[in-house]
Amino acid sequence: MNSLRGKVAIVGAAETEVGKVPHFGATALCVDAARRAMNDAGISKDQVDGLVTCNSMAEPYMYHAEVIAEYLQIFPRYCVSANAGGGTTFSSLHHAATAIANGVCETVLITMADSLRTGLSREQAMKMQASTGHPEFEIPYGPTVPAFYALIARAHMDAYGTTPEQLAAVAVSGRKHAALNPNAQMRELISVEDVLNSRLIADPLHLLDCSLVSDGGAAVILTSAERARDFPHHPVYVLGAGEGHSHEHISQASSLTVSAAVESGHRAFKMAGLGPDDIDVAQIYDCFTPVVLIELEDLGFCRKGEAGAFVEAGETGLEGSLPMNTNGGLLSHCHPGNPGSMFALTEAVTQLQHRAGARQVKDAETALVHGQGGIMSSHATLILGRERS
Amino acid sequence: MTGPAQKFIPRPRPETAAWWEGCRKHELLLQSCTKCGHRQFYPRIICTECMSDKLEWKRSAGRGQVLTFTICRLPVSEAYAGDVPYVIALVQLEEGPTMMSNIVQCDPDAVATGMAVEVLFEQRSEEITIPLFRPIPAAQKQ
Repeated sequence: MNSLRGKVAIVGAAETEVGKVPHFGATALCVDAARRAMNDAGISKDQVDGLVTCNSMAEPYMYHAEVIAEYLQIFPRYCVSANAGGGTTFSSLHHAATAIANGVCETVLITMADSLRTGLSREQAMKMQASTGHPEFEIPYGPTVPAFYALIARAHMDAYGTTPEQLAAVAVSGRKHAALNPNAQMRELISVEDVLNSRLIADPLHLLDCSLVSDGGAAVILTSAERARDFPHHPVYVLGAGEGHSHEHISQASSLTVSAAVESGHRAFKMAGLGPDDIDVAQIYDCFTPVVLIELEDLGFCRKGEAGAFVEAGETGLEGSLPMNTNGGLLSHCHPGNPGSMFALTEAVTQLQHRAGARQVKDAETALVHGQGGIMSSHATLILGRERS
Repeated sequence: MTGPAQKFIPRPRPETAAWWEGCRKHELLLQSCTKCGHRQFYPRIICTECMSDKLEWKRSAGRGQVLTFTICRLPVSEAYAGDVPYVIALVQLEEGPTMMSNIVQCDPDAVATGMAVEVLFEQRSEEITIPLFRPIPAAQKQ
């Protein structure tokens, strides 16, 4: 297989206002994110010849990317609407990078947004997200999305003695970083006790173990490494990309505690020629706190069963061995559904461009971003770097 | 609007219709491959082990154990609000396959991983009956 390593770079990245954004619908947020990313890269829309979007729940379209192209009045030669839940972002960046490396197009805009907070009622948002369950063999039992993930949390606790306090430590770690991020939706510091005292949603998950419901969008501009030097900000190179797909429905998972992050991480590290110890900053998909523990283990940042202690010891703080979810993550920054991972990507780019202000990880040279979609189903890992090799 | 909120009623597909018909008769069915002997759930047109399409229906003993579970304190919709708190579990059947279900007829706080459970059936419409599970009383465990 040909390696993508160092062939493609991100040259623009931006996010919209997040949280409650009632003055923009999902389509407008998607376009606003695109506009901001093009401004960041210093390019005009005529220079975009590839477009990747994901569908919205609040304003769905049959052919979403075509609608966004039409709205922007751009006429790409590569136009794709991707859909793999939280894994969508990195999976579609993987596809777009492949297209650029193969000469299909030169400059790809990846823009994704949704308005789950103000564009849908609470009941609509819950039902829409829970429809990820199997329509015959899961949904009739009334599972919520937190309930699906609670099944995994319980399994990890049973297998490794992981505690509710360790789950809570994940939320606390993210919130510390959100407090330093002016655009984050939730910035007030929380303690482990606050998490444990918050309302039980689906045992053992409390309200503060669950990610936010948000409006928001984010976008990046991707181009070939050769062209990447001509942009205003330091290019961020794609060094590794990998995916792993193990199931769609949690009742069909072959393991509840080991995920396809093992495969996606291995593939990305192998392409990059790097290992977990080489990563300076990580953005790890955190739709619910137990997910982070399983991913940290499966990506090789700690041994199986030890991620709870790892986070509890403060290793994921800005001064820890693996600064993680430095924008606050889905738990504290924002989570507008399928586009959620976009913010991990823009944050990784911001960190590697050394533009993260108070939350900057000093001298960050390499970043790992990991997304998963479904219920621990589709995993995608990217490794990014300031240097091409 | 169409009256009080109703729990979700699945729509059988051609390859699952026989399974739902089994539930209607209070029989929990599994597919068994006549070529390699693999037992599987959910119903498919192929054996996931050997891709054979020669599958037959076998009745499950309807017993299994709780692999993992959660207690839903927040209902997914108004239709389930009356059941709160309700238990969602993954149940591994004695024959091997795993399925999602509710654990009923017990205190949700009494449910535990590894608990032995047996199937029972809840009629949801004329066509659709759903398999649920309840704890097997200790005296009856085999």
